[in-house]
Amino acid sequence: MKGYNFAYLDEQTKRMIRRGLLKAVAIPGHQVPFGSREMPLPYGWGTGGIQVTASILGADDVLKVIDQGADDTTNAVSIRRFFARTAAVRTTTATAKATVIQTRHRIPEKTLREDQIIVYQVPMPEPLAKLEPSRQETRRMHSLADYGLMHVKLYEDIARYGQISISYDYPVMVNDRYLMSPSPIPAFDNPKLDMMPALQLFGAGREKRIYAIPPWTKVKSLDFQDHPFRAINAPHPCGLCGATDSYLDEIVTDDRGGRLFVCSDTDHCAERRSAGHVGADGMRDAAE
Amino acid sequence: MTDPTLLSGRGLNLNFNGIAALADVDVDLWPGEMLAIVGESGSGKTTLLNVLSGRLQPDRGAVWYRDPDGHLQDVHAMPAPALRTLHRSDWGFVHQDPRQNLRMAVSAGGNVGERLMAQGARHYGDIRATALDWLAQVEIDASRIDHLPRTFSGGMLQRLQIARTLVTHPRLVFMDEPTGGLDVSVQARLLDLIRSLVTRLNIAVVLVTHDIAVARLLAHRIAVMQRGRIVETGLTDQVLDDPRHPYTQLLVSSVLNA
Repeated sequence: MKGYNFAYLDEQTKRMIRRGLLKAVAIPGHQVPFGSREMPLPYGWGTGGIQVTASILGADDVLKVIDQGADDTTNAVSIRRFFARTAAVRTTTATAKATVIQTRHRIPEKTLREDQIIVYQVPMPEPLAKLEPSRQETRRMHSLADYGLMHVKLYEDIARYGQISISYDYPVMVNDRYLMSPSPIPAFDNPKLDMMPALQLFGAGREKRIYAIPPWTKVKSLDFQDHPFRAINAPHPCGLCGATDSYLDEIVTDDRGGRLFVCSDTDHCAERRSAGHVGADGMRDAAE
Repeated sequence: MTDPTLLSGRGLNLNFNGIAALADVDVDLWPGEMLAIVGESGSGKTTLLNVLSGRLQPDRGAVWYRDPDGHLQDVHAMPAPALRTLHRSDWGFVHQDPRQNLRMAVSAGGNVGERLMAQGARHYGDIRATALDWLAQVEIDASRIDHLPRTFSGGMLQRLQIARTLVTHPRLVFMDEPTGGLDVSVQARLLDLIRSLVTRLNIAVVLVTHDIAVARLLAHRIAVMQRGRIVETGLTDQVLDDPRHPYTQLLVSSVLNA
Protein backbone atom coordinates (compact mmCIF):
# COMPACT_ATOMS: atom_id res chain seq x y z
CA MET A 1 0.00 0.00 0.00
CA LYS A 2 1.27 3.44 -0.91
CA GLY A 3 2.74 5.49 1.94
CA TYR A 4 3.28 2.46 4.17
CA ASN A 5 6.22 0.12 4.59
CA PHE A 6 5.68 -3.57 3.82
CA ALA A 7 3.47 -5.02 6.59
CA TYR A 8 2.95 -1.60 8.20
CA LEU A 9 5.90 -1.55 10.67
CA ASP A 10 9.15 0.20 9.70
CA GLU A 11 12.21 -1.98 9.11
CA GLN A 12 14.04 -0.87 12.30
CA THR A 13 11.10 -1.91 14.46
CA LYS A 14 10.85 -5.25 12.70
CA ARG A 15 14.55 -5.87 13.28
CA MET A 16 14.14 -5.04 16.95
CA ILE A 17 11.24 -7.49 17.23
CA ARG A 18 13.13 -10.18 15.31
CA ARG A 19 16.07 -9.84 17.70
CA GLY A 20 13.59 -10.36 20.55
CA LEU A 21 12.14 -13.38 18.74
CA LEU A 22 15.57 -14.96 18.24
CA LYS A 23 16.31 -14.59 21.94
CA ALA A 24 12.87 -15.98 22.82
CA VAL A 25 13.42 -19.04 20.61
CA ALA A 26 16.85 -19.57 22.17
CA ILE A 27 15.36 -19.60 25.69
CA PRO A 28 12.06 -21.48 25.34
CA GLY A 29 9.31 -20.04 27.57
CA HIS A 30 11.35 -17.07 28.77
CA GLN A 31 9.68 -13.67 28.46
CA VAL A 32 11.76 -11.22 26.44
CA PRO A 33 10.94 -7.51 26.74
CA PHE A 34 10.53 -5.53 23.51
CA GLY A 35 9.63 -1.98 22.53
CA SER A 36 5.99 -2.49 21.71
CA ARG A 37 4.60 0.08 19.23
CA GLU A 38 1.24 1.76 18.95
CA MET A 39 -0.76 -0.21 16.43
CA PRO A 40 -3.94 0.83 14.63
CA LEU A 41 -6.11 -1.37 16.83
CA PRO A 42 -6.87 -1.23 20.57
CA TYR A 43 -4.96 -3.06 23.28
CA GLY A 44 -6.61 -6.40 23.91
CA TRP A 45 -7.36 -6.90 20.21
CA GLY A 46 -4.00 -8.46 19.43
CA THR A 47 -1.45 -5.66 19.28
CA GLY A 48 1.30 -8.07 20.39
CA GLY A 49 0.38 -10.79 17.91
CA ILE A 50 0.02 -8.34 15.01
CA GLN A 51 3.51 -6.90 15.64
CA VAL A 52 5.05 -10.38 15.71
CA THR A 53 3.19 -11.31 12.53
CA ALA A 54 4.27 -8.06 10.83
CA SER A 55 7.93 -8.72 11.58
CA ILE A 56 7.99 -12.34 10.36
CA LEU A 57 5.77 -11.95 7.31
CA GLY A 58 7.40 -12.32 3.89
CA ALA A 59 5.89 -11.57 0.46
CA ASP A 60 5.37 -15.30 -0.26
CA ASP A 61 3.60 -16.10 3.00
CA VAL A 62 -0.02 -17.19 3.21
CA LEU A 63 -1.74 -15.80 6.27
CA LYS A 64 -4.61 -17.24 8.28
CA VAL A 65 -6.10 -15.36 11.24
CA ILE A 66 -8.48 -16.95 13.73
CA ASP A 67 -10.32 -15.59 16.74
CA GLN A 68 -11.68 -18.22 19.19
CA GLY A 69 -11.18 -20.71 16.36
CA ALA A 70 -13.32 -18.78 13.88
CA ASP A 71 -12.08 -17.18 10.64
CA ASP A 72 -15.14 -14.94 10.28
CA THR A 73 -15.28 -12.85 13.45
CA THR A 74 -14.52 -9.10 13.51
CA ASN A 75 -11.04 -9.47 14.99
CA ALA A 76 -9.96 -12.17 12.54
CA VAL A 77 -11.44 -10.44 9.50
CA SER A 78 -9.89 -7.06 10.41
CA ILE A 79 -6.38 -8.38 11.00
CA ARG A 80 -6.49 -10.55 7.86
CA ARG A 81 -7.59 -7.57 5.77
CA PHE A 82 -4.99 -5.35 7.47
CA PHE A 83 -2.15 -7.55 6.23
CA ALA A 84 -3.76 -8.12 2.83
CA ARG A 85 -3.69 -4.34 2.35
CA THR A 86 -0.39 -3.38 3.98
CA ALA A 87 1.67 -6.38 2.84
CA ALA A 88 -0.33 -7.66 -0.11
CA VAL A 89 0.16 -11.22 1.13
CA ARG A 90 -2.20 -13.99 0.18
CA THR A 91 -4.70 -14.95 2.89
CA THR A 92 -6.59 -18.13 3.50
CA THR A 93 -8.99 -19.71 5.95
CA ALA A 94 -7.67 -23.23 5.31
CA THR A 95 -5.27 -24.30 8.07
CA ALA A 96 -3.33 -26.61 5.75
CA LYS A 97 -2.65 -23.87 3.19
CA ALA A 98 -1.38 -21.22 5.65
CA THR A 99 2.30 -20.62 6.40
CA VAL A 100 1.63 -18.12 9.19
CA ILE A 101 -1.38 -18.44 11.50
CA GLN A 102 -2.19 -15.67 13.94
CA THR A 103 -4.57 -16.82 16.64
CA ARG A 104 -6.55 -15.61 19.59
CA HIS A 105 -7.60 -18.20 22.19
CA ARG A 106 -7.36 -21.38 20.09
CA ILE A 107 -5.00 -23.78 18.33
CA PRO A 108 -6.42 -25.24 15.09
CA GLU A 109 -7.65 -28.84 15.28
CA LYS A 110 -5.58 -29.89 12.28
CA THR A 111 -2.03 -30.84 13.30
CA LEU A 112 0.41 -28.12 12.28
CA ARG A 113 3.51 -28.81 10.19
CA GLU A 114 7.19 -27.89 10.48
CA ASP A 115 6.87 -25.27 7.72
CA GLN A 116 4.18 -23.37 9.60
CA ILE A 117 4.40 -20.68 12.30
CA ILE A 118 1.63 -19.99 14.79
CA VAL A 119 1.49 -16.55 16.45
CA TYR A 120 -0.53 -16.19 19.66
CA GLN A 121 -2.11 -12.97 20.92
CA VAL A 122 -1.33 -12.72 24.64
CA PRO A 123 -3.10 -10.40 27.08
CA MET A 124 -1.07 -11.31 30.19
CA PRO A 125 2.27 -13.05 29.62
CA GLU A 126 3.12 -13.49 33.31
CA PRO A 127 1.65 -16.78 34.59
CA LEU A 128 2.30 -15.76 38.21
CA ALA A 129 0.62 -12.35 37.87
CA LYS A 130 -2.51 -13.25 39.80
CA LEU A 131 -0.52 -14.87 42.60
CA GLU A 132 2.38 -12.45 43.08
CA PRO A 133 1.67 -8.77 42.42
CA SER A 134 5.32 -7.63 42.24
CA ARG A 135 6.84 -7.98 38.76
CA GLN A 136 10.32 -7.72 40.27
CA GLU A 137 9.55 -10.71 42.47
CA THR A 138 8.05 -12.80 39.64
CA ARG A 139 11.18 -12.16 37.55
CA ARG A 140 13.29 -13.39 40.46
CA MET A 141 11.07 -16.46 40.78
CA HIS A 142 11.57 -17.23 37.08
CA SER A 143 15.33 -16.79 37.31
CA LEU A 144 15.52 -19.16 40.29
CA ALA A 145 12.88 -21.56 38.90
CA ASP A 146 11.00 -21.04 42.18
CA TYR A 147 7.53 -22.20 41.15
CA GLY A 148 6.12 -23.62 44.40
CA LEU A 149 3.56 -20.81 44.44
CA MET A 150 1.91 -21.99 41.23
CA HIS A 151 1.38 -25.41 42.76
CA VAL A 152 -0.09 -23.75 45.87
CA LYS A 153 -2.77 -22.33 43.56
CA LEU A 154 -3.47 -25.82 42.14
CA TYR A 155 -3.54 -27.23 45.69
CA GLU A 156 -6.08 -24.57 46.70
CA ASP A 157 -8.27 -25.48 43.73
CA ILE A 158 -8.36 -29.14 44.67
CA ALA A 159 -8.93 -28.35 48.37
CA ARG A 160 -11.86 -26.07 47.51
CA TYR A 161 -13.45 -27.60 44.42
CA GLY A 162 -12.15 -31.15 44.40
CA GLN A 163 -10.36 -30.59 41.08
CA ILE A 164 -8.07 -28.13 39.33
CA SER A 165 -10.53 -25.49 38.21
CA ILE A 166 -8.45 -23.69 35.57
CA SER A 167 -10.27 -24.13 32.26
CA TYR A 168 -8.21 -21.75 30.10
CA ASP A 169 -4.74 -20.14 30.26
CA TYR A 170 -3.65 -23.31 32.03
CA PRO A 171 -0.01 -22.87 33.15
CA VAL A 172 2.63 -25.02 31.48
CA MET A 173 6.28 -25.87 32.08
CA VAL A 174 8.37 -25.39 28.94
CA ASN A 175 11.44 -27.55 28.37
CA ASP A 176 11.49 -28.45 32.11
CA ARG A 177 12.62 -24.93 32.95
CA TYR A 178 10.28 -21.96 32.48
CA LEU A 179 6.73 -21.62 33.74
CA MET A 180 4.70 -20.12 30.91
CA SER A 181 1.22 -18.83 30.20
CA PRO A 182 -0.05 -20.49 26.99
CA SER A 183 -2.29 -17.40 26.42
CA PRO A 184 -6.02 -17.89 27.09
CA ILE A 185 -6.38 -21.04 24.98
CA PRO A 186 -8.71 -23.65 26.51
CA ALA A 187 -6.94 -26.32 28.60
CA PHE A 188 -8.28 -28.66 25.89
CA ASP A 189 -5.60 -27.27 23.54
CA ASN A 190 -2.71 -27.64 26.00
CA PRO A 191 -1.65 -31.14 24.82
CA LYS A 192 -1.19 -29.68 21.29
CA LEU A 193 1.57 -27.38 22.60
CA ASP A 194 3.71 -30.37 23.48
CA MET A 195 6.16 -31.49 20.77
CA MET A 196 4.41 -29.37 18.15
CA PRO A 197 6.23 -29.49 14.78
CA ALA A 198 5.46 -25.79 14.11
CA LEU A 199 7.25 -22.81 15.64
CA GLN A 200 5.08 -21.09 18.29
CA LEU A 201 5.50 -17.36 18.92
CA PHE A 202 3.71 -15.33 21.60
CA GLY A 203 3.30 -11.55 21.57
CA ALA A 204 1.90 -9.36 24.37
CA GLY A 205 1.58 -5.78 23.14
CA ARG A 206 0.43 -3.93 26.22
CA GLU A 207 2.78 -5.86 28.53
CA LYS A 208 5.63 -5.54 25.98
CA ARG A 209 6.77 -9.15 26.13
CA ILE A 210 7.61 -11.80 23.52
CA TYR A 211 8.16 -15.48 24.18
CA ALA A 212 8.38 -18.62 22.11
CA ILE A 213 8.32 -22.40 21.97
CA PRO A 214 10.65 -23.82 19.29
CA PRO A 215 9.43 -26.82 17.25
CA TRP A 216 9.55 -30.21 18.97
CA THR A 217 9.85 -28.79 22.49
CA LYS A 218 8.53 -30.52 25.61
CA VAL A 219 5.60 -28.63 27.13
CA LYS A 220 3.97 -30.04 30.25
CA SER A 221 0.77 -28.84 31.90
CA LEU A 222 1.24 -28.53 35.67
CA ASP A 223 -0.57 -31.09 37.81
CA PHE A 224 -0.29 -33.44 40.76
CA GLN A 225 0.54 -37.13 40.50
CA ASP A 226 -2.81 -38.06 42.06
CA HIS A 227 -4.71 -35.29 40.21
CA PRO A 228 -3.33 -35.50 36.67
CA PHE A 229 -4.03 -32.85 34.06
CA ARG A 230 -7.14 -33.50 31.99
CA ALA A 231 -8.58 -31.61 29.07
CA ILE A 232 -12.12 -30.37 29.55
CA ASN A 233 -14.68 -30.35 26.74
CA ALA A 234 -18.47 -30.37 26.42
CA PRO A 235 -19.69 -34.02 26.34
CA HIS A 236 -21.42 -33.72 22.97
CA PRO A 237 -20.65 -34.30 19.29
CA CYS A 238 -20.58 -31.23 17.02
CA GLY A 239 -24.14 -30.44 15.94
CA LEU A 240 -23.09 -29.60 12.39
CA CYS A 241 -20.36 -32.06 11.47
CA GLY A 242 -20.69 -34.71 14.19
CA ALA A 243 -17.06 -34.45 15.30
CA THR A 244 -16.43 -35.84 18.78
CA ASP A 245 -12.75 -34.92 19.08
CA SER A 246 -12.86 -31.15 18.50
CA TYR A 247 -13.34 -28.29 20.94
CA LEU A 248 -16.96 -27.14 21.08
CA ASP A 249 -18.68 -23.79 21.43
CA GLU A 250 -22.11 -23.64 23.03
CA ILE A 251 -24.58 -21.51 21.08
CA VAL A 252 -27.90 -20.53 22.62
CA THR A 253 -30.49 -20.85 19.84
CA ASP A 254 -33.72 -19.64 21.46
CA ASP A 255 -35.15 -18.48 24.79
CA ARG A 256 -36.62 -21.89 25.65
CA GLY A 257 -33.36 -23.59 26.64
CA GLY A 258 -32.42 -24.58 23.10
CA ARG A 259 -28.70 -24.86 22.48
CA LEU A 260 -26.33 -26.09 19.85
CA PHE A 261 -22.79 -27.40 20.32
CA VAL A 262 -20.57 -26.73 17.32
CA CYS A 263 -16.85 -26.92 16.53
CA SER A 264 -15.10 -23.73 17.58
CA ASP A 265 -12.64 -24.30 14.70
CA THR A 266 -14.81 -23.18 11.76
CA ASP A 267 -12.36 -24.35 9.10
CA HIS A 268 -12.18 -27.83 10.64
CA CYS A 269 -15.98 -28.04 10.75
CA ALA A 270 -16.45 -26.80 7.17
CA GLU A 271 -13.85 -29.24 5.88
CA ARG A 272 -15.56 -32.16 7.60
CA ARG A 273 -18.99 -31.16 6.28
CA SER A 274 -17.73 -30.85 2.74
CA ALA A 275 -16.28 -34.35 3.15
CA GLY A 276 -19.79 -35.58 3.91
CA HIS A 277 -19.88 -35.69 7.70
CA VAL A 278 -23.19 -34.48 9.06
CA GLY A 279 -24.18 -33.92 12.71
CA ALA A 280 -27.65 -34.22 14.25
CA ASP A 281 -28.46 -30.51 13.85
CA GLY A 282 -26.92 -30.35 10.39
CA MET A 283 -29.55 -32.84 9.21
CA ARG A 284 -32.34 -30.68 10.59
CA ASP A 285 -30.86 -27.61 8.90
CA ALA A 286 -30.86 -29.41 5.60
CA ALA A 287 -34.46 -30.62 6.11
CA GLU A 288 -35.65 -27.11 6.85
CA MET B 1 32.39 -27.54 72.47
CA THR B 2 34.81 -29.40 70.23
CA ASP B 3 32.00 -30.35 67.85
CA PRO B 4 31.96 -28.39 64.60
CA THR B 5 29.74 -25.32 64.67
CA LEU B 6 26.63 -25.05 62.51
CA LEU B 7 26.77 -21.31 62.00
CA SER B 8 29.51 -18.81 62.84
CA GLY B 9 29.73 -15.08 62.41
CA ARG B 10 33.22 -13.57 62.54
CA GLY B 11 34.11 -9.91 62.90
CA LEU B 12 30.73 -8.64 61.72
CA ASN B 13 30.52 -4.89 61.23
CA LEU B 14 27.70 -2.87 59.79
CA ASN B 15 27.11 0.88 59.81
CA PHE B 16 23.87 2.67 59.02
CA ASN B 17 24.78 6.26 58.13
CA GLY B 18 27.67 6.30 60.58
CA ILE B 19 25.75 4.57 63.36
CA ALA B 20 27.31 1.24 64.26
CA ALA B 21 24.51 -1.32 64.14
CA LEU B 22 27.04 -4.14 64.48
CA ALA B 23 30.56 -3.73 65.85
CA ASP B 24 33.03 -6.63 65.82
CA VAL B 25 30.37 -9.25 66.51
CA ASP B 26 31.42 -12.90 66.79
CA VAL B 27 28.71 -15.55 67.10
CA ASP B 28 28.80 -19.35 67.18
CA LEU B 29 25.91 -21.76 67.03
CA TRP B 30 26.15 -25.52 67.43
CA PRO B 31 23.70 -28.09 65.98
CA GLY B 32 20.53 -28.44 68.05
CA GLU B 33 21.40 -25.46 70.20
CA MET B 34 19.15 -22.53 71.03
CA LEU B 35 20.89 -19.18 71.22
CA ALA B 36 19.02 -16.12 72.48
CA ILE B 37 20.11 -12.65 71.49
CA VAL B 38 18.77 -10.15 74.02
CA GLY B 39 19.08 -6.41 74.43
CA GLU B 40 16.98 -3.28 74.32
CA SER B 41 15.39 -1.81 71.19
CA GLY B 42 17.95 -0.51 68.73
CA SER B 43 20.80 -2.58 70.14
CA GLY B 44 21.25 -4.38 66.82
CA LYS B 45 19.51 -7.71 67.58
CA THR B 46 17.35 -7.84 64.48
CA THR B 47 20.18 -6.49 62.31
CA LEU B 48 22.38 -9.33 63.56
CA LEU B 49 19.62 -11.84 62.74
CA ASN B 50 19.29 -10.44 59.22
CA VAL B 51 23.05 -10.54 58.66
CA LEU B 52 23.32 -14.11 59.98
CA SER B 53 20.50 -15.28 57.74
CA GLY B 54 22.09 -13.69 54.67
CA ARG B 55 19.30 -11.18 54.16
CA LEU B 56 21.55 -8.21 54.89
CA GLN B 57 25.13 -7.80 53.69
CA PRO B 58 27.64 -6.74 56.42
CA ASP B 59 30.27 -4.06 55.74
CA ARG B 60 32.98 -6.37 57.05
CA GLY B 61 33.13 -9.90 58.39
CA ALA B 62 31.77 -13.23 57.25
CA VAL B 63 29.07 -15.72 58.15
CA TRP B 64 29.90 -19.40 57.76
CA TYR B 65 27.31 -22.15 57.53
CA ARG B 66 28.12 -25.86 57.60
CA ASP B 67 25.91 -27.59 55.04
CA PRO B 68 24.58 -31.15 55.54
CA ASP B 69 27.63 -32.52 53.70
CA GLY B 70 29.93 -30.89 56.23
CA HIS B 71 31.28 -28.19 53.92
CA LEU B 72 31.60 -24.65 55.21
CA GLN B 73 29.73 -22.11 53.07
CA ASP B 74 30.27 -18.36 53.16
CA VAL B 75 26.63 -17.26 53.37
CA HIS B 76 27.24 -13.84 51.83
CA ALA B 77 29.35 -15.20 48.97
CA MET B 78 26.77 -17.82 47.97
CA PRO B 79 25.01 -17.38 44.64
CA ALA B 80 21.42 -16.15 45.02
CA PRO B 81 19.80 -19.45 43.89
CA ALA B 82 21.79 -21.44 46.47
CA LEU B 83 20.84 -19.02 49.26
CA ARG B 84 17.21 -19.20 48.18
CA THR B 85 17.31 -23.00 48.23
CA LEU B 86 18.85 -22.87 51.71
CA HIS B 87 16.10 -20.54 52.92
CA ARG B 88 13.32 -22.77 51.69
CA SER B 89 14.70 -26.10 52.81
CA ASP B 90 17.50 -26.19 55.39
CA TRP B 91 16.62 -22.91 57.06
CA GLY B 92 13.50 -21.29 58.38
CA PHE B 93 12.52 -17.82 59.45
CA VAL B 94 9.79 -17.07 62.01
CA HIS B 95 8.68 -13.45 62.02
CA GLN B 96 7.18 -11.50 64.88
CA ASP B 97 4.21 -10.73 62.65
CA PRO B 98 3.00 -14.00 61.09
CA ARG B 99 1.28 -11.99 58.34
CA GLN B 100 4.73 -11.23 56.89
CA ASN B 101 5.38 -14.89 56.30
CA LEU B 102 1.95 -16.43 55.72
CA ARG B 103 -0.05 -16.05 52.54
CA MET B 104 -3.27 -14.59 53.87
CA ALA B 105 -5.28 -15.45 50.74
CA VAL B 106 -4.26 -19.12 50.85
CA SER B 107 -5.80 -21.76 53.15
CA ALA B 108 -3.94 -23.08 56.20
CA GLY B 109 -3.18 -26.35 54.38
CA GLY B 110 -1.78 -24.50 51.36
CA ASN B 111 0.39 -22.39 53.62
CA VAL B 112 1.88 -25.44 55.30
CA GLY B 113 2.30 -27.23 51.97
CA GLU B 114 4.03 -24.42 50.08
CA ARG B 115 7.58 -25.27 51.14
CA LEU B 116 6.98 -28.93 50.29
CA MET B 117 5.74 -28.00 46.82
CA ALA B 118 8.65 -25.60 46.33
CA GLN B 119 10.90 -28.58 47.01
CA GLY B 120 9.17 -30.62 44.35
CA ALA B 121 6.39 -32.49 46.21
CA ARG B 122 3.81 -33.31 43.53
CA HIS B 123 1.40 -35.67 45.27
CA TYR B 124 -1.69 -33.88 46.56
CA GLY B 125 -2.69 -36.62 49.00
CA ASP B 126 0.76 -36.73 50.60
CA ILE B 127 0.99 -32.95 50.87
CA ARG B 128 -2.40 -32.82 52.53
CA ALA B 129 -1.56 -35.63 54.95
CA THR B 130 1.66 -33.85 55.94
CA ALA B 131 -0.23 -30.58 56.40
CA LEU B 132 -2.79 -32.31 58.64
CA ASP B 133 -0.01 -33.90 60.66
CA TRP B 134 1.68 -30.54 61.19
CA LEU B 135 -1.53 -28.76 62.10
CA ALA B 136 -2.00 -31.41 64.79
CA GLN B 137 1.55 -30.89 66.01
CA VAL B 138 0.96 -27.16 66.48
CA GLU B 139 -2.45 -27.84 68.07
CA ILE B 140 -4.65 -26.47 65.30
CA ASP B 141 -7.84 -28.44 64.75
CA ALA B 142 -7.86 -30.54 61.56
CA SER B 143 -11.20 -29.04 60.55
CA ARG B 144 -9.47 -25.67 60.02
CA ILE B 145 -7.21 -26.96 57.23
CA ASP B 146 -9.20 -25.29 54.45
CA HIS B 147 -9.85 -22.06 56.32
CA LEU B 148 -8.11 -18.83 55.46
CA PRO B 149 -5.56 -17.50 57.96
CA ARG B 150 -7.53 -14.30 58.43
CA THR B 151 -10.13 -16.29 60.35
CA PHE B 152 -7.41 -17.37 62.82
CA SER B 153 -6.53 -15.75 66.17
CA GLY B 154 -3.10 -14.19 66.76
CA GLY B 155 -1.79 -17.23 68.63
CA MET B 156 -3.08 -19.62 65.95
CA LEU B 157 -1.46 -17.53 63.23
CA GLN B 158 1.87 -17.76 65.00
CA ARG B 159 1.48 -21.54 65.40
CA LEU B 160 0.54 -21.84 61.73
CA GLN B 161 3.67 -19.92 60.81
CA ILE B 162 5.74 -22.34 62.89
CA ALA B 163 4.13 -25.34 61.16
CA ARG B 164 4.79 -23.75 57.76
CA THR B 165 8.43 -23.18 58.67
CA LEU B 166 9.17 -26.55 60.27
CA VAL B 167 7.38 -28.74 57.70
CA THR B 168 10.59 -29.29 55.71
CA HIS B 169 12.54 -30.23 58.88
CA PRO B 170 15.04 -27.37 58.72
CA ARG B 171 18.29 -27.67 60.67
CA LEU B 172 18.37 -24.00 61.58
CA VAL B 173 15.56 -21.57 62.33
CA PHE B 174 15.81 -17.83 62.89
CA MET B 175 13.13 -16.40 65.15
CA ASP B 176 12.46 -12.70 65.53
CA GLU B 177 10.40 -12.05 68.69
CA PRO B 178 8.13 -15.05 68.06
CA THR B 179 5.98 -14.28 71.11
CA GLY B 180 5.75 -10.51 70.67
CA GLY B 181 2.25 -9.08 70.63
CA LEU B 182 0.58 -12.13 72.19
CA ASP B 183 -1.11 -12.17 75.58
CA VAL B 184 0.64 -13.92 78.45
CA SER B 185 -1.27 -17.20 78.54
CA VAL B 186 -0.99 -17.64 74.76
CA GLN B 187 2.71 -16.78 75.01
CA ALA B 188 3.25 -19.50 77.60
CA ARG B 189 1.60 -22.15 75.44
CA LEU B 190 3.53 -21.04 72.38
CA LEU B 191 6.85 -21.13 74.24
CA ASP B 192 6.03 -24.61 75.45
CA LEU B 193 5.24 -25.69 71.90
CA ILE B 194 8.41 -24.18 70.43
CA ARG B 195 10.53 -25.82 73.11
CA SER B 196 9.06 -29.29 72.61
CA LEU B 197 9.19 -29.15 68.79
CA VAL B 198 12.74 -27.81 68.66
CA THR B 199 13.99 -30.38 71.14
CA ARG B 200 12.26 -33.27 69.41
CA LEU B 201 13.44 -32.32 65.92
CA ASN B 202 16.89 -31.24 67.12
CA ILE B 203 16.70 -27.87 65.41
CA ALA B 204 19.24 -25.12 66.08
CA VAL B 205 17.60 -21.76 66.75
CA VAL B 206 18.79 -18.17 66.79
CA LEU B 207 16.16 -16.35 68.80
CA VAL B 208 15.94 -12.59 69.04
CA THR B 209 13.95 -11.28 71.97
CA HIS B 210 13.76 -8.30 74.30
CA ASP B 211 12.06 -10.50 76.88
CA ILE B 212 14.56 -12.01 79.34
CA ALA B 213 11.92 -14.46 80.57
CA VAL B 214 11.52 -15.92 77.08
CA ALA B 215 15.28 -16.31 76.78
CA ARG B 216 15.47 -18.05 80.18
CA LEU B 217 12.71 -20.49 79.25
CA LEU B 218 13.99 -21.47 75.83
CA ALA B 219 17.67 -20.75 75.33
CA HIS B 220 20.72 -22.83 76.14
CA ARG B 221 23.02 -19.89 75.63
CA ILE B 222 22.48 -16.17 75.63
CA ALA B 223 24.24 -13.21 74.05
CA VAL B 224 23.58 -9.73 75.41
CA MET B 225 23.81 -6.87 72.93
CA GLN B 226 24.28 -3.18 73.56
CA ARG B 227 24.85 -0.56 70.85
CA GLY B 228 25.85 -3.12 68.26
CA ARG B 229 28.27 -5.05 70.48
CA ILE B 230 27.90 -8.36 72.23
CA VAL B 231 28.80 -7.33 75.78
CA GLU B 232 28.32 -10.67 77.47
CA THR B 233 27.75 -14.23 76.35
CA GLY B 234 27.49 -17.59 78.09
CA LEU B 235 25.12 -20.26 79.39
CA THR B 236 21.68 -18.75 80.00
CA ASP B 237 21.48 -19.54 83.72
CA GLN B 238 25.03 -18.40 84.30
CA VAL B 239 24.52 -15.06 82.60
CA LEU B 240 21.15 -14.35 84.15
CA ASP B 241 21.99 -15.50 87.69
CA ASP B 242 25.45 -14.00 87.82
CA PRO B 243 25.69 -11.19 85.30
CA ARG B 244 29.18 -9.72 84.92
CA HIS B 245 28.70 -6.76 82.64
CA PRO B 246 27.04 -3.65 84.16
CA TYR B 247 24.55 -3.50 81.29
CA THR B 248 23.50 -7.12 81.80
CA GLN B 249 23.16 -6.45 85.52
CA LEU B 250 20.88 -3.51 84.73
CA LEU B 251 18.88 -5.60 82.26
CA VAL B 252 18.41 -8.50 84.69
CA SER B 253 17.59 -6.30 87.67
CA SER B 254 15.00 -4.37 85.69
CA VAL B 255 12.92 -7.52 85.12
CA LEU B 256 10.72 -8.88 87.89
CA ASN B 257 11.30 -12.55 88.72
CA ALA B 258 13.42 -13.09 85.66
